[in-house]
Amino acid sequence: MSQFFRATHAIFWKALRTEWRSREIFSAMFVFALLAIIIFNFAFDLRVQNARQVVPGVLWVAITFAGMLGLNRSFTAEKENDTLSGLLLAPVDRTTLYLGKMGANFLFIISVAIVIVPLMTVFFNVNLVRTDLLLVLLAGMFGFAAVGTLFSAITVNTRAQDILLPILLFPVVLPVIIAAVKLTAGLLDQLAPADLANWWRLLIVYDIIFLVIAFLTFEYVVEE
Amino acid sequence: MHRTASKWLAASTIVAYAAVIVALIMGLTAPAAVNVGTLQLQWAQRIIYFHVPVAWISMLSFTVTFVASIIFLVNKKRVWDLVALAGVELGLTFATAAVISGSIWARPAWNTWWTWDPRLTTMAITWLLYAAYFMLRGAVEEPERQARFAAVYGIFSYISVPITFFSIRLARTIHPLLVKGSDFGLAKGMRPAFFAGLMAFTLLYIVLLWHRLRVLKLAGRVEALRTRILEQELLRPDPGQVVR
Repeated sequence: MSQFFRATHAIFWKALRTEWRSREIFSAMFVFALLAIIIFNFAFDLRVQNARQVVPGVLWVAITFAGMLGLNRSFTAEKENDTLSGLLLAPVDRTTLYLGKMGANFLFIISVAIVIVPLMTVFFNVNLVRTDLLLVLLAGMFGFAAVGTLFSAITVNTRAQDILLPILLFPVVLPVIIAAVKLTAGLLDQLAPADLANWWRLLIVYDIIFLVIAFLTFEYVVEE
Repeated sequence: MHRTASKWLAASTIVAYAAVIVALIMGLTAPAAVNVGTLQLQWAQRIIYFHVPVAWISMLSFTVTFVASIIFLVNKKRVWDLVALAGVELGLTFATAAVISGSIWARPAWNTWWTWDPRLTTMAITWLLYAAYFMLRGAVEEPERQARFAAVYGIFSYISVPITFFSIRLARTIHPLLVKGSDFGLAKGMRPAFFAGLMAFTLLYIVLLWHRLRVLKLAGRVEALRTRILEQELLRPDPGQVVR
C-alpha cells in the first residue's frame, strides 16, 4: 500500500514539476479562460440586466473549456517523448499513473479557477470569493478531472486527439456541469441549504461513481 | 453450417417483420383514446404503439452494449466487441426513430416539435454520447486497441445516461416548465396493441442484432482473408517474367 502511495505521489510530483518548469499548460488555460470571460462579457453585455443571472454559466463554461485544454496536454508530452512506455514498464500498479495524473490535472484546473474567480468578481461585480463556492468548484472539478484524465489517456492514442476529447468528455460530464452551475446560482441567490441538498448529493455521487469506474477501467486503457 | 444458420435467420426475419406489421395494425385499430379532445389528437396518440417500443429498444440496445463492453474487457473475445458495436448501431437508429416519432406527436399535443423536457433533453444527450462512440472507433486504427477504448467508453456513456436524466429532471423541477408527456394511463382496450408492439419490436431487435453480428463477423473474415492474400502476393518469389 505504501508503495502504491509512493508511486502515485511520484507521478503527481513529476507532472507538477514539468509544469512548473514550462508553465505551458497553466498559462494556456489561464489565458483561454480569461478570453472566454471577456467574450461572454461582450456577448451578454447588451442584453442582460443583472450580471448575476449569467455569472454561474460564464464561470463554468470558462473553467470547463480551459480545463479541456489542460486535459488535452496531460498525456501528450508523454506520448511525444515516448516516456509513456517507460512509465508503464515501471513495476508498480498502473492505476497509480491514473491517480497521479488525475491529481495533477485537478490541481491545474483548480489553480486556474482560483485566479479566475477573483477576476470575475471584479469584471461582473458579483462577489464570488466565498468558501461555499470554493467547495462547489472543488467538487465539480474533481468529477471533471476524474473522467477527463481517463479520456485523455484514451484520446492521446487516437487520430485527431484534440478534437475527439471534448466530443467524448462533454456529454459524459454534463451532469457535473448542470449540478455545479445550479449550485453556484443557488448560492449566489442565497437559497436555503435544504434547497441545494439534492444538487450536492448528485455532484458527490457522480464524483464517487466516476472515480471508481475510471479507477477500474484505466488498466484496460493503457494495456499494450 | 453457415447455410443452416442463415436459413434460421431468414425465417426469424420474416416472422419478426410480420409481427411488427400485425402489431402496428393492432395499434391503428385499437380503441381511440377517450381523454384527448380532437380527432387529430386521437390519431396522434396512436403513435405510442410505435414510439414506446422504439424508445424501449434503443435503451435495451445500449444496455446490450454496456454488458457486452464489460464482458469484452474481462475475456477479450472479439465477438463481444462486435456485439457492443452492433448495440450502438441499432440503439442509435432506434433512438433516432424515437426522437422523430415523439417530435411528430409533440407537434399537435404540445404545439411544438421540441421542448427541453428532461426526457427529450436526455435523449438528445444520449444520442450525442453514442454518436461520439463511432467517432472514437473511427479515430483508432488498430483493431484490438479500438475495441478496448470503445468498451471503456461504452461503460462510461451508459452510466452517464441515468445520472444525466436525473440531473435534468432535478433542474426542471426547480423551474417547472411544461406538462409531463408520461402521465397517461392506458385504457383496457389499448393494452393488447401496446404489449403486442413491445414484443414485436423486441423480436425485430433480436433479429436485427443477429443480422448485424453476422455481417460484422463476415466483414472481419473478409478483412483477414484479404490480408492473407496480400501477404502471399508479397512473399511469392518474383519469377522475373509476367505470366498472362
